[in-house]
Amino acid sequence: MSRAMLLALQVLVAIVCIALWQLLSSVPVLGKILLPPFFFSNPVDVFDQIVKWFVSGVIWKHLWITLVESILAFVIGSLGGVLIGFWFARQPLVAAVFDPYVKMVNALPRVVLAPIFALWLGLGIWSKVALGVTLVFFIVFFNVYQGVKEVSRTVLDNGRMLGMSEGQLMRHVYWPSALSWMFSSLHTSVGFAVVGAVVGEYLGSAAGLGYLIQQAEGVFDVAGVFAGMFVLSAFVILIDMGVTLVERRLLVWRPTVDGRG
Amino acid sequence: MTTPTAVALEDAKVAFRLGDGRVYTAVEKAHLTVAQGEFVAIVGPTGCGKSTLLNVAAGLLKPAAGGVRIFDRPLAGLNRDAGYLFQADALFPWKTALDNVAIGLEIKGTPRAEALPLAQKWLTSVGLGAFAGRYPHMLSGGQRKRVALAQVLIRDPKILLMDEPFGPLDAQTRQVMGNLLLDLWNADRKAVLFVTHDLEEAIALADRVVIMSAGPSSRIIGDWRVNLQRPRDIFEVRLDKEFHALHREIWSVLKDEVMKGYAQSTHAAEAV
Repeated sequence: MSRAMLLALQVLVAIVCIALWQLLSSVPVLGKILLPPFFFSNPVDVFDQIVKWFVSGVIWKHLWITLVESILAFVIGSLGGVLIGFWFARQPLVAAVFDPYVKMVNALPRVVLAPIFALWLGLGIWSKVALGVTLVFFIVFFNVYQGVKEVSRTVLDNGRMLGMSEGQLMRHVYWPSALSWMFSSLHTSVGFAVVGAVVGEYLGSAAGLGYLIQQAEGVFDVAGVFAGMFVLSAFVILIDMGVTLVERRLLVWRPTVDGRG
Repeated sequence: MTTPTAVALEDAKVAFRLGDGRVYTAVEKAHLTVAQGEFVAIVGPTGCGKSTLLNVAAGLLKPAAGGVRIFDRPLAGLNRDAGYLFQADALFPWKTALDNVAIGLEIKGTPRAEALPLAQKWLTSVGLGAFAGRYPHMLSGGQRKRVALAQVLIRDPKILLMDEPFGPLDAQTRQVMGNLLLDLWNADRKAVLFVTHDLEEAIALADRVVIMSAGPSSRIIGDWRVNLQRPRDIFEVRLDKEFHALHREIWSVLKDEVMKGYAQSTHAAEAV
């Protein structure tokens, strides 16, 4: 199928869904409106709300806050995950000692941490960053740990036979291998950074997309909730496209990425 | 004057501790020498421990008993005089072909600016001059072997250890690679220890063919000199009368071991 055809079909799905939504929320079927506007709003109102946000410019501040929180959560979480993952993989004893605790913390639903972070770090951006970090860290940590542990035995032996010192093995073998695993989880970890930020905002903040959605919900402004969700989805898709570009550049040597592209 | 001995395995025994605490003896009292400039092939049935023996010569494995001497010095740690060509893909997948070859020099401290042109030269001499920018996954199995060969040879090791290097390749590519290896080897005649399960390949390439018995506790049970003329062409040499005579002679010994090895592996499978 050609690209244009695919795109046309994709757009068609959106049009059909939105048309159905508009129809069912405004035209009675057998004397009953299936999607009552109070609960489901309708596309026209939602669209109005989005336009209003962008025209008045209020949305930019919220988008910016969420973006900053996501980026900070991603950077800090990844950095921590890479360092600790590397350390654990190279020091099996440390890994063995901490193993049950790592599993325990990871099993904890992060949402329950949000109030604690709000208490510790206030209602500003840092409590949201902290929440995002706890999500991103574990994804990156497990991937890097795995990446370092599962370096091909042959490649490692080859490095040794070529005369690599421990430091050179680190730089030329372990490091690229760990990074490749980290990048393979890039989509997930970036997504979770955004999730952490938005959930944090939702649970208590003064700005951000999560705050916007929470505010609308507070006054039963369903159009506002849907508008917030759409803006959030578009935001995530844009970020994801950015990640794909970065990934293509960084993982040229990997067959899977090449095959997908 | 005698030529110096590059590799000497002196009654080397290799044993592994199994998971259940028993000790598995892979190789028993292996005595083997490779003179400088000599091309020795080790042939044996599957699972006879021939790769194990190679790893001992490389210093990747420590013998349980006996010793290894490299140029008359006992080997401690990794064998720094040796280049090792692995059976499985051992290239760094995140480096281009050029970088994979250049790394051999960069490790020694050669500046990158100096290493790269040399790497390009080696890539050209293994016939991959135009593929410098490719990553390993963009190359065929045979091409990857060529890069691996260049990666090892650019360091100019005194000894070449090869573990069924052409095993994964198809029959035609193997012959082409064999000829390439002989051409490169002819230039400076390094000591080579070449492990293979293919007797024809062994005779066509080597000066000496060593046969190992079926494992466990496999031993070296035969040592034949190959007096075929050099330089050889692998395609041609297989038609030689002497080649056939030698092949028949060695095969008569090897056949029994292959059957034994095969019987053992099927029994083992039944026992499981």
